[in-house]
Amino acid sequence: MSLDYVKFTPGFDTFMPKEYRDMVEHGPFGKKTTVSQMGNFKEILEEHPMCAGCAMTLFIRLAIVAFPNPEDTITVGTAGCGRLAISQAAIPFVYGNYGDQNGVASGLSRGLRIRFGDKPKDVVVMAGDGGTADIGFQQVLHSWFRKERFTTIMLDNEVYGNTGGQESGMTTRGAVLKMAPLGKKFEKMDMVAMAKIAGCAYIATVVPNNPRRVESCIKKAVLIAREVGPTYIQAYTSCNIEYAIPTDQVMADAKTVEDDRYKFAEYVSEDAKAYLAERYGYKEFAQKPVAAVTKA
Amino acid sequence: METTAIIGTTNKKGQVITDPRVMMNEAPRTPSFFTGSEVIKEAVRRANVDVMVAYPITPQSEAAALCGELFAEGYIGDYFRGESEFAVMSQCAGAAFGGARVFTTTAGPGTMRAMENFPMWSGARLPIQCIVTCRGINSPLSIQPDTIEIAYLMNTGMLVWHAETAQDFYDWILKGYMVSEEPDVHLPLALCCDGFFVTHTKDVVDLTPVDMCLPPYDPYRSPVPCMDMECPPVRMMRDPFVMKSNYISYATHASWQQEIWAAAERSRKHTIAWLDGLIDVEDGDADILIVSSGTAVSQGREAIRLLADEGVRVGLVKIKTLRPWPEDELREATKHASHIIVPEFNVIGWMAKEIKATIPNHERVVAGPRVCGGMTLPPEVIVEEVKKAIGMRSGVLAGRGG
Repeated sequence: MSLDYVKFTPGFDTFMPKEYRDMVEHGPFGKKTTVSQMGNFKEILEEHPMCAGCAMTLFIRLAIVAFPNPEDTITVGTAGCGRLAISQAAIPFVYGNYGDQNGVASGLSRGLRIRFGDKPKDVVVMAGDGGTADIGFQQVLHSWFRKERFTTIMLDNEVYGNTGGQESGMTTRGAVLKMAPLGKKFEKMDMVAMAKIAGCAYIATVVPNNPRRVESCIKKAVLIAREVGPTYIQAYTSCNIEYAIPTDQVMADAKTVEDDRYKFAEYVSEDAKAYLAERYGYKEFAQKPVAAVTKA
Repeated sequence: METTAIIGTTNKKGQVITDPRVMMNEAPRTPSFFTGSEVIKEAVRRANVDVMVAYPITPQSEAAALCGELFAEGYIGDYFRGESEFAVMSQCAGAAFGGARVFTTTAGPGTMRAMENFPMWSGARLPIQCIVTCRGINSPLSIQPDTIEIAYLMNTGMLVWHAETAQDFYDWILKGYMVSEEPDVHLPLALCCDGFFVTHTKDVVDLTPVDMCLPPYDPYRSPVPCMDMECPPVRMMRDPFVMKSNYISYATHASWQQEIWAAAERSRKHTIAWLDGLIDVEDGDADILIVSSGTAVSQGREAIRLLADEGVRVGLVKIKTLRPWPEDELREATKHASHIIVPEFNVIGWMAKEIKATIPNHERVVAGPRVCGGMTLPPEVIVEEVKKAIGMRSGVLAGRGG
């Protein structure tokens, strides 16, 4: 009965803070809420300490709204800007060590499966580009190779934002940042290709400009990870501070980057397609009836 | 309490869930001739472990692999090989955050690679049990017995116990979970032994019945809710300590850190009951005492026998727990001693330093003999140290100057 989370203890309701009462009375737990309803319900993540104009925060909000079963979802992260927001959400957030989010998520996912069997407990990793592609690289790749059943989301701002603007493996070649005083010497890492090689059952690249698309990708990724295999979403979530993007230009920048190196792409394995069609009624993945072979 | 309601029922392997005190203290024991690694397997077989994560490093590889056989037999809920010790300890943390009873093993450089996780385990109050089969740490490379890694573990906030024999190991794996999972403790346990000496030698160990097992871990007895979205209030690893630079956040962090060490202190009463004290004393009235932990105690016991043949009476203090540290017990046990000999299997002499920091008149402490890098510690070397300390003529050992 995980919805017990969001009930008042009898007699205490009038004493609970307004934030809590709003979450109980107008929150998304146990309901089907969508991004198009944003503004009409109490979100799991609202208040946060992120910079003005932060595209990452918008993406995280969209992602959390899209969780198919927030009352049974646990998020895992690591150092970086993202966790400053994710840890303010009204669902549990696990912070282990630097870059070990995919290891923690592996254990968490397995531990919960041992304890709860078939009852879905969704584990979602949200970590930055440094946490995912640099310091966490080994654990990320190995969790995929092991076919660990949870979702990994990279919040890719192409820089170490939280520590003040250092080059990461996901920075584009030539960018001049701290620790890359002469410009980055090598290409942006192709984590999507690595996810494919490592056997992820679902992979998508998105930008936050299109909330419905973000929602659709997150839902599919979380559902597929319940049974089929690891899923990976790589989201461009610009750092308007380190890349000096004017606040009112953040969405325009995302559009430019989308056209340049973040075109929407989605890979769904055949197993995942069949699973989504059979278990969750995704018509676009339903097996087309084979036409009878006729001879003229 | 739920735990008592399930006593007498069976787990999925048909083992009877038994009151741990009955199982450990009253149930019949069967003498068995096993290596230390096999003993680890036999203890885990009876421990109702949910998740174990393994990684190869000598000399714990065999125990970790044997536990894999237990998984194949159905005694462990889930088991897999991680990709490094750091990853393994993170995976263990995840499983424990999800409310599982978790077991793992490591050694030497693996302990060091995993080190970032150990204070995190303590801070997150995860009662994971980690077997540490001590060996040398680099450089130069050594895979031989050496206890230097314990010096690092003692400052992580974990409970740290140091087994002397395979029998200790067997009993303490099972008892360790009982102490570690107490609501007023709820800390990880580093259960250490001296690699090879304990893991790779055979010994007669009295085993509890194979059809009895510990009660399963109940994560809802944890002082901090587990992360399963079942147990209100929701638990979040918020990080106000990072996000706010003010006195309140510093004080919050400070009190959390103090609470970890207070929990380790609170483990004393449980540990004393389960292990029959934090130290063992043999012939405690003797003027000369050998004080140590692990197999240094075994070698000390042999030295005492040799010295007795020469008419020199020496007592023995075996330290079983390093965290919590048996401060009062050691002060009491050593109060009359004029010479306290501390043999150790590491170069820095962490045990002698701890003892010197504990007792009055610490010039009584002889910080040695010490060997390291895999050297053995012959009883004769300890005998020589004792004779030197009391001004007795010696010279039996070649190369020591007579």
